[in-house]
Amino acid sequence: MANILLFGEVSDKEISSITYELLSAANKLKVNEDDKVIVALLGDVIPDSYEDLFSYGAQAICLVSDHLLKRSNLEIFLSASEQVVNKFNPDIVLFGKTSIGRDIAPRLAFKLGVPVAQDCIDLEIDQKTNKIMVTRPVYGGSAIAKLLFDGIGPQIVIVRPKIFEPLNVRENKGELIELNIQLDAGLIKTKLIEKVLRESKGIPLESAKVVVAGGRGLGEAANFDLLKELAQVLGGAVGASRAVCDAGWLDHEYQIGLTGKTITPDLYITVGISGASQHMAGCSGSKNIVAINKDPSANIFSSANFGVVGDWNAILPAFLEAVRELN
Amino acid sequence: MFLFILYIIITVILTYILLYLINIGVKLLKILVCIKQVIDPEIPASAFRINVDSKKVEETVGILPVINGFCENAVEAALRIKDVSEANVTILSIGNKFVTEVVKKPLSMGADQLILIEGSEFEDLDPIATVYVLKSAIEKIGNFDLILCGRQASDWDNALVPLGLSEMLNLPCITIAQKIEVIDQGLIVQKTLSNGYEIIESSLPALVTVTNELGDPRYPNLKGIMAASRKIPTIWNAKDLDIDLENLKPKLKLIDLKIPISDKKCEIIKGDDDEDTGRKLAIRLREAKLI
Repeated sequence: MANILLFGEVSDKEISSITYELLSAANKLKVNEDDKVIVALLGDVIPDSYEDLFSYGAQAICLVSDHLLKRSNLEIFLSASEQVVNKFNPDIVLFGKTSIGRDIAPRLAFKLGVPVAQDCIDLEIDQKTNKIMVTRPVYGGSAIAKLLFDGIGPQIVIVRPKIFEPLNVRENKGELIELNIQLDAGLIKTKLIEKVLRESKGIPLESAKVVVAGGRGLGEAANFDLLKELAQVLGGAVGASRAVCDAGWLDHEYQIGLTGKTITPDLYITVGISGASQHMAGCSGSKNIVAINKDPSANIFSSANFGVVGDWNAILPAFLEAVRELN
Repeated sequence: MFLFILYIIITVILTYILLYLINIGVKLLKILVCIKQVIDPEIPASAFRINVDSKKVEETVGILPVINGFCENAVEAALRIKDVSEANVTILSIGNKFVTEVVKKPLSMGADQLILIEGSEFEDLDPIATVYVLKSAIEKIGNFDLILCGRQASDWDNALVPLGLSEMLNLPCITIAQKIEVIDQGLIVQKTLSNGYEIIESSLPALVTVTNELGDPRYPNLKGIMAASRKIPTIWNAKDLDIDLENLKPKLKLIDLKIPISDKKCEIIKGDDDEDTGRKLAIRLREAKLI
């Protein structure tokens, strides 16, 4: 029997979607019937809705709540995670590649002296070695690597969000474990002074069904007005390539890509975006991509469903007007 | 009488030197910046090739490697601290086949020293091995106040080395910083969030990773380039750092590395002119029930 442990997440008094995604990934790694998928939930307050996780493939839920387990206390999360791992002695440990997961998982791996696989988009058990084989994009998505775990100790995997579909298994019971662990406030080395949040205007990029994004090809910041208008008409959100944000045309919160936001809209319209792999890493989950670019050899066309080669200056206003008429 | 005056003068001079040294000891902030030389991520997709046998990305003839973009942001962050306080900036890199003109860029930008840990055994190290070698080098350097790294490298996008290094050196670690200020023996860091930022305080020594939101790295000026040309990098090998080569073996086995093939077929929309194409696109998307 093997334990598969995953670290779920709680945000705004709800179980975060990554928890369900990790459950789906964990169940994929079950080899024997008695392999056990355990969800650990760490936090200062854990919402009652955790019981829902049983119906998404959790065989056990481990709750660790402590007033010190605030998101900003990374050292406390690290210490708690280590104690949870030691308690269950798992073969496999899964984290989401989220703001907390990518800070905790690497440190935990180094603490335990085991390797960690970053940003995985697929996981499987290698038949020969019984170890995990991960698939992950590298070189900004220009290449795909397959890596195999080796050696002893827990295999720690950081899973890219929005890859695994939550899977309802219609089971509604399991084991509940409330773990009491010792946490030392003296471990805290950094202190959160203030959180400065920008007021979000309109639909958030990550949940928009339609996204209209522009790249360096738009020439200047003022040209984004047309994109904003189009996004509004389509009931969507505006995004941008990193070059646009680095140039200061739009804030970095609009950035789509490897180091920006990951979007999965039904329709993604790109204007003047060449489609560098670092950009595609953030939008490859889009169901339909429309590319408007003057360069027919631009990389974006290899990922697009619909393409238009030409000058956006002329294409976009006509497109916008036609969309208005059709509406 | 003469000896007495000489004695006084020497005493005064020595006192000044002593005071000066104490002053330096108190105020000089020692910053280490870890950088990585990578294949230029801007090379066109058509020039990106993988050698199937060695499972490595091939270097493109005629295109020089670059310093990883986020590492340049980290150098910039260090120099911005140096702009406003007494600081010494040491650049540290591990690798094989360094291109001198590439890795010397931080010196031209204004960094003080460059230490290269070079050798064929350091090619393509995994994060665990990289942390092991970096830690050995940092222990050889001795004392430091702040370690800066790029948030991730554009080749393997791991973002593991800085966190691993902070764990092994038992340092506080703040990732994805867009602003770093040093204030009386501590740090105030702005950590980028997807919808804003956090202001985080930390004691020193600490490790911080830097993101592009910090702003563009400065261009080397003529004075900087001249100064850099006179500086000789310190080069250390495995022996200098007592490296146990056993510890450099990768812990995850690379089984396969390939370029993903897109099976998508792009339907090109064509009209009589650009305006007509725009209209046709709208009609086609409506047909496909996408708008």
